[in-house]
Amino acid sequence: MAIKQLTVFVENKRGRLAEITSSLAEENIDMSALSIADTKDFGILRLIVNKPDEALEVLRGKGFLVQITEVVGIKIPDRSGELARALNALDNAGINMEYLYAFISREGESVFIALRVEDNYAAENVLTNAGFAVLG
Amino acid sequence: MSQRYFNKEIETMPREQLKRLQSEKLVRQVRHVYDHVPYYRALMDESGVSPDDVKGVDDLYKLPFISKSDLRETYPYGMLAVPLADCVRIQSTSGTTGKRVIAYYTQHDIDLWEECCARAIVAAGGTKDDVVQVCYGYGLFTGGPGLNGGSHKVGSLTLPMSSGNTERQIQFMMDLKATILCCTPSYAAYIGESLKERGYKPEDNCLKAGIFGAEPWTEEMRRDIQKSLGIKAYDIYGLTETSGPGVAFECCEQHGMHINEDHFIAEIIDPDTGEVLPEGEKGELVFTSIDKEAFPLLRYRTRDICVLTSEKCACGRTHIRMSKPMGRSDDMLIIRGVNVFPSQIETVLLKEGYAPNYRIEVDRFNNSDTLDVFVELAPEQFSDTVSGITAMERKLSESIKTMLGIQPKVHLVAPKSIERSEGKAVRVIDRRKLHD
Repeated sequence: MAIKQLTVFVENKRGRLAEITSSLAEENIDMSALSIADTKDFGILRLIVNKPDEALEVLRGKGFLVQITEVVGIKIPDRSGELARALNALDNAGINMEYLYAFISREGESVFIALRVEDNYAAENVLTNAGFAVLG
Repeated sequence: MSQRYFNKEIETMPREQLKRLQSEKLVRQVRHVYDHVPYYRALMDESGVSPDDVKGVDDLYKLPFISKSDLRETYPYGMLAVPLADCVRIQSTSGTTGKRVIAYYTQHDIDLWEECCARAIVAAGGTKDDVVQVCYGYGLFTGGPGLNGGSHKVGSLTLPMSSGNTERQIQFMMDLKATILCCTPSYAAYIGESLKERGYKPEDNCLKAGIFGAEPWTEEMRRDIQKSLGIKAYDIYGLTETSGPGVAFECCEQHGMHINEDHFIAEIIDPDTGEVLPEGEKGELVFTSIDKEAFPLLRYRTRDICVLTSEKCACGRTHIRMSKPMGRSDDMLIIRGVNVFPSQIETVLLKEGYAPNYRIEVDRFNNSDTLDVFVELAPEQFSDTVSGITAMERKLSESIKTMLGIQPKVHLVAPKSIERSEGKAVRVIDRRKLHD
């Protein structure tokens, strides 16, 4: 059920991010989410795109260190307290989370969240039981 | 009044006479080695040289060279020239794995080594009234034992501090009014900083001189240390293979290190052809011990690049002087006093599953060496979290530390981001300005 996230290792060098986004644009790949975890020396770029397998090939071809990571995607109502409710459900079930980020939804009343957890299957069950719609 | 020489007759011997002394000793040394070291005998037989062909210093060029690889091949006893029962001590190189060399000493060998160190201490102004603080490491490393023995021979009060524990170093230095400091130049600089941090001014200590060696240092570093400690800083040179520190030492002129030529003959060769170069030319330093019993080495290639001069020195010593080493003819780096070969880092990378694509950057900040290792990540090792990658960096850093004894900062970088070059890869960037 999980959704495919592209994870790209990016050295802190000028123009790297521009190179990645341009490479994807050239192939008409559309991004719906982008998140970066960075340190002094490097960053880890996480992308949700419409054609992940194609994007993987494109970036590999350009010499990037890139892989596909399966993450849990959920749709939550765009209302105060909804994310907290989802995270509490995971916490109560003892599921550890590495990171999360929000991404674009074309539906006005809801938000998409990508979650990286240890066990996707367990997390999806917990979230479904809590009433959230799981993507993918 | 300060004593100027430890052994005036030898140290100021006219060069002609010194050469005769060297020739006599060389002939005996060659015979001793040939008779007692099968490995060396085979080497000489192979080169078609018999001990009878060496009648003096002028015949030295006929002998084959030996190098560290010979010493490794004959580890642990293969170069021993006396029965083990006649040996009283071993010392060993800094212990970078796979490159360890064990040197053996009879009491005679210890005595001559300690005398070399005593000459260095006296040249730095040391007398029996001095308090010599030795903060080179004690143990297998030759620094501590060598200067300790030299200080005994001079009759100075010796403080066998060994390295580290700066708080205690400073306490003893101040409470016992140490007058001569012996350590690595980077540690001397560190002690200078630490004294300043504690509010001491250079004139607050009783130090007058320092004898610093075991790692490369610059004139600029000398000025800094002299200023921060309020002393004169003297260079000392040596290597475990030839005894330890004291093979050569600086006098009050601070202009080149006098080689103890009654014990060691120095030559400068072209590192590529092995041809002996005339005095004043830059090349690889080669030493022949001429007075050793247990571990004599004939024409040992040090890999250090330097220049020799026998020009008269104002201090009165007649022994030839060597410049500070200006580099190495192999790829060895000396980082924080530790010998580091890039190949050792490569070994660790391969063992840990990395490709051997790496770059080593060495620099010096506040007189302390830094070591940065850049390594390419392989796709299969990629972790999608920052903590995963920093954990990999830490693990690799620890493995390299286990191998080298010093901790590098490891940076994982993208595949193919380390420059490839045709032919010999440039793996090392040394930004330390060690040579003026």
